[in-house]
Amino acid sequence: MALIEVEDLSRTFVVRRRTGRVRRTATEVRAVDHLSFEVERGEMVGYIGPNGAGKSTTVKMLTGILVPTSGRLSVAGVDPSRNRVDLTRRIGVVFGQRTTLWWDLPLRDSFELLRRIYRIDGTRFRQNLAEFCELLDLGDLLDTPVRQLSLGQRMRGDIAAALLHDPEILYLDEPTIGLDVVSKSRLRAFLREVNAARDVTLLLTTHDLQDIEQLCSRVMVIDHGSLVYDGSLAGLHTQGGSTRTLVVDLVDPLPDEGRIRVEGASVHKVEGPRQWLSFPTDASAAPLVAAVAASYDVADLSILEPAIEDVIAELYSRR
Amino acid sequence: MLYVAVAVRAFRRYATYTAATLAGIFTNSVFGVIISYTYIAVWTHNPSAGGYDVSDAVTYAWLGQAMIMTVAVWGGGATDDLAARIRTGDVALDLYRPVGLLGWWLATDLGRAAYHLLTRGLAPTLVGAVLFDLRYPDGPVTWLLFAVSTVLAVVVSFGIRMLVTASAFWLLDDTGVKQLQIVVAMFFSGLVVPLVLFPGWTRDLAMALPWAAFLQVPADIWLGRRAGDEAWWGLIFQAAWAAALLGVCQVVLQRARRKVVVQGG
Amino acid sequence: MAEVLTRLSWALRAYLLLAAAWVRVSMAYRASFWMMTVAQFVVTGLDFVAIVIMFANVDALGGFSLAEVAFLYGGAGLCLGIADLLLGNIERLGTRIRMGTFDAMMVRPVSLFAQVASDQFALRRLGRITQAAVVLLWSIVALDLDWTPSKVLMIGYLVACGTAIFTAFFTLGGAMQFLTIDAAEVANAFTYGGNTFAQYPMTIYPREIVKALTFLVPIGFVNWYPSLYVLGRPDPFGLPEWLQFASPVAAVVLGLVAAWAWRAGVRRYRSTGS
Repeated sequence: MALIEVEDLSRTFVVRRRTGRVRRTATEVRAVDHLSFEVERGEMVGYIGPNGAGKSTTVKMLTGILVPTSGRLSVAGVDPSRNRVDLTRRIGVVFGQRTTLWWDLPLRDSFELLRRIYRIDGTRFRQNLAEFCELLDLGDLLDTPVRQLSLGQRMRGDIAAALLHDPEILYLDEPTIGLDVVSKSRLRAFLREVNAARDVTLLLTTHDLQDIEQLCSRVMVIDHGSLVYDGSLAGLHTQGGSTRTLVVDLVDPLPDEGRIRVEGASVHKVEGPRQWLSFPTDASAAPLVAAVAASYDVADLSILEPAIEDVIAELYSRR
Repeated sequence: MLYVAVAVRAFRRYATYTAATLAGIFTNSVFGVIISYTYIAVWTHNPSAGGYDVSDAVTYAWLGQAMIMTVAVWGGGATDDLAARIRTGDVALDLYRPVGLLGWWLATDLGRAAYHLLTRGLAPTLVGAVLFDLRYPDGPVTWLLFAVSTVLAVVVSFGIRMLVTASAFWLLDDTGVKQLQIVVAMFFSGLVVPLVLFPGWTRDLAMALPWAAFLQVPADIWLGRRAGDEAWWGLIFQAAWAAALLGVCQVVLQRARRKVVVQGG
Repeated sequence: MAEVLTRLSWALRAYLLLAAAWVRVSMAYRASFWMMTVAQFVVTGLDFVAIVIMFANVDALGGFSLAEVAFLYGGAGLCLGIADLLLGNIERLGTRIRMGTFDAMMVRPVSLFAQVASDQFALRRLGRITQAAVVLLWSIVALDLDWTPSKVLMIGYLVACGTAIFTAFFTLGGAMQFLTIDAAEVANAFTYGGNTFAQYPMTIYPREIVKALTFLVPIGFVNWYPSLYVLGRPDPFGLPEWLQFASPVAAVVLGLVAAWAWRAGVRRYRSTGS
């Protein structure tokens, strides 16, 4: 049995809008629409989609905060909506910009409270705390009240807090938002370590595609409440129908703004002697390069890989 | 003209909180009922206590409820927005604005007061009028005097709240001072017990403090307990406190500007 | 049954844990804590001064002497003060929901109610409690009553039931914030308004209001009916004497309503997410 099993999951909201001075109309909005997927233990999954696509609604259902409208849901063998409190001991949640720590308490007191709330074994707690303090460089911050921490420091504190009770699954909502480059990479390294050494399954929602590229072996793309893609990052390119680009610098511009004609590729942009040819991601570049070189006077050649942002934008726009 | 625009904007901003306003009117009305009955009890035992009769007292109870939000006896209003700006440091921008900081915030607060007078002032008074026999101003002149007195009440209250807020420039946190101000204001405005009931010299003292301008003076004008010259003296009393407080505010804000310039916020 | 008890005791322990953490925080700024506590004492004290001022003009309110009114005032204030200390911060629930921090509470293995109630537990509220207790003690000394064991017991019973009733009102106010945040102030009419109602003898209110405060919004059971017993007065409205002993019933019924409302509120939140 997979660690997370989602089957035909839907969640609708009734949105009331003012249509007149007093009158209101209720419309039903399907935030999550017949969603199905499974996540195996130890996976690191990136969950992406535009704002309002249903990401946080899904996570809220997975954590038991929200009750699904329909469908079946099983996390670590329990139904989150029925056994929310039992589930809390087996998962960790980091809410991105909103801290789950106690605003006015020093970090150390927050951790100590969590130890008692989660009833974490004393030895285990000290081991974990020592390890996280070292890996996340929290040692000097322990006596600082949370409200005085910087965003990056607080995020590190939040992540440590979410892991103290050895959860099987860690949900991260925009873990790197607002962090500088150094903090981001340190955080990613830590998450990889946690996943590898502790076998913690990670599900992270993010807008930062570098998070996905550096952390996740698997990507799920959601739009309008349903999955538009589920698979590897590489596969996303194929699925997205994205194209690679061959940039050709000719010795001289073609007369009358003429375009290069060649089998298996088409020119989508011309700028003086430079022409951009797009061709499918799964095709090899070699024959194309040969064909172009055979028919035209080429000064230089280069290949552009598709940007993941473009691939995803393409996925969204198809809907 | 700019100040009118600022006031209008503040009025509109408060007008968006309909549910909160309705809830507040309900709460004001409940307290109006309780206070009315306690006054009725007092004036039943002593029909001329403090020189009021029982309808004066009940009317006073409802005027008090009408004034709570209008005069912002509990604090809040525009000066709270300023306090937030001091905490975040945004106030540095305000201090460099060409228009006077004091005038700007006073206009904002008057806009707020206008909204609160029309909603949380008027509505509980209507509730009181339905449930009890109230007394009303006896002519257009009295209405006019009352209106002027209400505006002056807001200005005096603004001056005090402004000073409290400005303390945040020096103290890190103005919560303590604010709490203290609220308590003193609640008591010495005569919100719980009319100042006319205060015994002996405490009455004279309370009547001379700026908080008397919040409720006691406007109420006395409304009730006709201050008529003719007495009414004018009431307005002069309020205006004097308003001028004095705004003057002090001006000095304090200048000091604050210097402090912000020196310490960078 | 055993499971319910385990859950209750765990919720209580968690509440104490969280409250203790807040107490430690406030004690870190000891001077500020004492200032706030003393300020609360003085603040609520002025409230009683107002009543004393009324008595400078009359010698009785609704047929009750100053000492008797002080007994009512102290009783009501004590109950409200304790309830406010225990879970007054439930009124911050709306803000928590709006800021999204309520969700963080939902992913912790502790009763939501315990978390919300202990949120920013403020020991400085002892200032109000002390003030009410002082007034109550003074009234007891001044009243010179014929004390019987049952009257002494009645005072403890008054505080317990009255606190329970105000606790229920605070909970109802909190539960209401699941529905609407803007109208939160309505709750004040029942908690602080209820306290003000209860500070005065019911004889100053018309009969209809007294009935409403008995059977509809059971503020009368906080201290009015138990106090009649302690003060040795017959019911001025001729209502049955057993009402003087019915406070626990009122507290339990209201408590059940509040518990139901709270659960309904949480259920609503979990199915609407707002």
